[in-house]
Amino acid sequence: MTHPTPRIRIRGLGKVFDGSPPVTALQGIDLDVAGNEFVTLVGASGCGKSTLLRIIGGLEYHTGGVLEANGRPVRGPGADRAMVFQHYSLYPWLKVMDNIRFSRSLAVNRRELTSVDVERASGRADALLRLVGLSAAAGAYPNQLSGGMQQRVAIARALMPRPEILLMDEPFGALDAQTREVMHDLILHVFRLEKATIVFVTHDVEEAIYLGQRVVLLAPRPGRIDTIYPVPFAGPRHQDLKHTPEFLEMKREIVARIKETSGMKTDTDLLDRMSGESPAPGQT
Amino acid sequence: MSRSNSPARPGIWAIRGPMGRRAYWILAATGLLFPMLVWWGLAGSGWVEKVFLPSPASVWDRTLMWLQEDNLGGDAAISIYRVTAGWALSAVIAMPLGLMIGTFRPVQALLEPLTDFVRYMPAVAFIPLVMLWVGIDEGSKVSIIFIGTFFQMVLMVAEDVRRVPAAQIEAAQTMGATRGEVVRLVILPSAKPALLDTMRVTMGWAWTYLVVAELVAANSGLGYAILKAQRFLQTDKIFAGIILIGLIGLVTDQMFRLWHRKAFPWMHLK
Repeated sequence: MTHPTPRIRIRGLGKVFDGSPPVTALQGIDLDVAGNEFVTLVGASGCGKSTLLRIIGGLEYHTGGVLEANGRPVRGPGADRAMVFQHYSLYPWLKVMDNIRFSRSLAVNRRELTSVDVERASGRADALLRLVGLSAAAGAYPNQLSGGMQQRVAIARALMPRPEILLMDEPFGALDAQTREVMHDLILHVFRLEKATIVFVTHDVEEAIYLGQRVVLLAPRPGRIDTIYPVPFAGPRHQDLKHTPEFLEMKREIVARIKETSGMKTDTDLLDRMSGESPAPGQT
Repeated sequence: MSRSNSPARPGIWAIRGPMGRRAYWILAATGLLFPMLVWWGLAGSGWVEKVFLPSPASVWDRTLMWLQEDNLGGDAAISIYRVTAGWALSAVIAMPLGLMIGTFRPVQALLEPLTDFVRYMPAVAFIPLVMLWVGIDEGSKVSIIFIGTFFQMVLMVAEDVRRVPAAQIEAAQTMGATRGEVVRLVILPSAKPALLDTMRVTMGWAWTYLVVAELVAANSGLGYAILKAQRFLQTDKIFAGIILIGLIGLVTDQMFRLWHRKAFPWMHLK
């Protein structure tokens, strides 16, 4: 699925971490992400999915290949690629509203600022606060909020400067299952409204399928793209989707493939042998 | 018997167990008063000679006498000045330096091993050098307190700065913050509460160097008074001096804590 003018263009990207011996974290990554596309990255731990996301965000540098975002080579972090982290990214000394407005205090957003711009920006902060359902908490400090509410603030803050690309690094990984479901529908809503391009890293396959238009499966050692699964469900998604046979079948397939790529099968065999229950021939 | 209705409530000896406010204050008061009682009893018993252990009453009398006839206020003021000056001088230099060490790796490589080395050198041993280089006026006392405080302070400030969560810094970077903006708008405000705590703790250390600093050709100050009292075997005055320094420290510490609560309300929310 290639696009004529991709938002993110990755060709033969590699990442080697210095050390003795050097560790190849990523190798030969080819990936295009189109404008207003929602791509999720999954894979066994150590497959380099977070590293890839951080490289796109400019927080890590790649050691080989080509990486372009919005038509320009990536040379470090920038306001066009906002990132949402798993936790500890909010500024606890700022109230919720000031956290969301943080980007307004940066020079990159102050160039040729008119009073109209300022007014529009404060309107946007209010709108974002409503969008994530936190109008009532505008004057609260982050540590007065639950984990789910904190992540909503982090999302609103990242969206504030209208980044073309939103990078999300397991943003719901620390939340409980119920809060996560709420957050899934929220982020889909945000995605439709804001028309951003989202790259979303998760270890939760269900989350990856429910949110993504494509699920990119990375395999470890060295980190590489194993399979790209187009997600076939059209139209707005609802929680019921997660219980349809098609969804469950896709989930089963991807989970099985992740296990294969991580070599986790071997471990189960070992455990079986250790507990003295050697599997019958042909069972594996 | 437990006063609580719930039989499962852990006792006060459970690891990090709960304890009511009342029980806390009773124990705190006991901890403070018990040594006083022992001192009072021991001094009053006559087992220990007065010159080794003066009674609380004689220490109190000596304090009043010092206040009325011997310029206790002046001694306290000059000591507070010396400690504050040495500590403030060290803070003014240690803050930016520690910020740089904690933020930029080349500065860390350049300065941290050196600081680590110097901080093990005993401040007391610098006295002859300080006298040689700075002279014997106020500057020398301030210098000793500075030497005793500065190197620890730099390392603690650097550590405070390093403890700013990476996600806070990286979030700002992905919103387009420049290097200067990250330092000014994220690292500094994020580290501020820890920095104020560091300032509070190092102020305590600065006081411990007071007596040493006033070894250097001083003719005033609480530390000097203690040293002079030693020469005349005025044990009660030594006690008075030590207790006064302790009290001044306690008050300063509480002022810092109050400042912390006022300046960082978001840290004290529940």
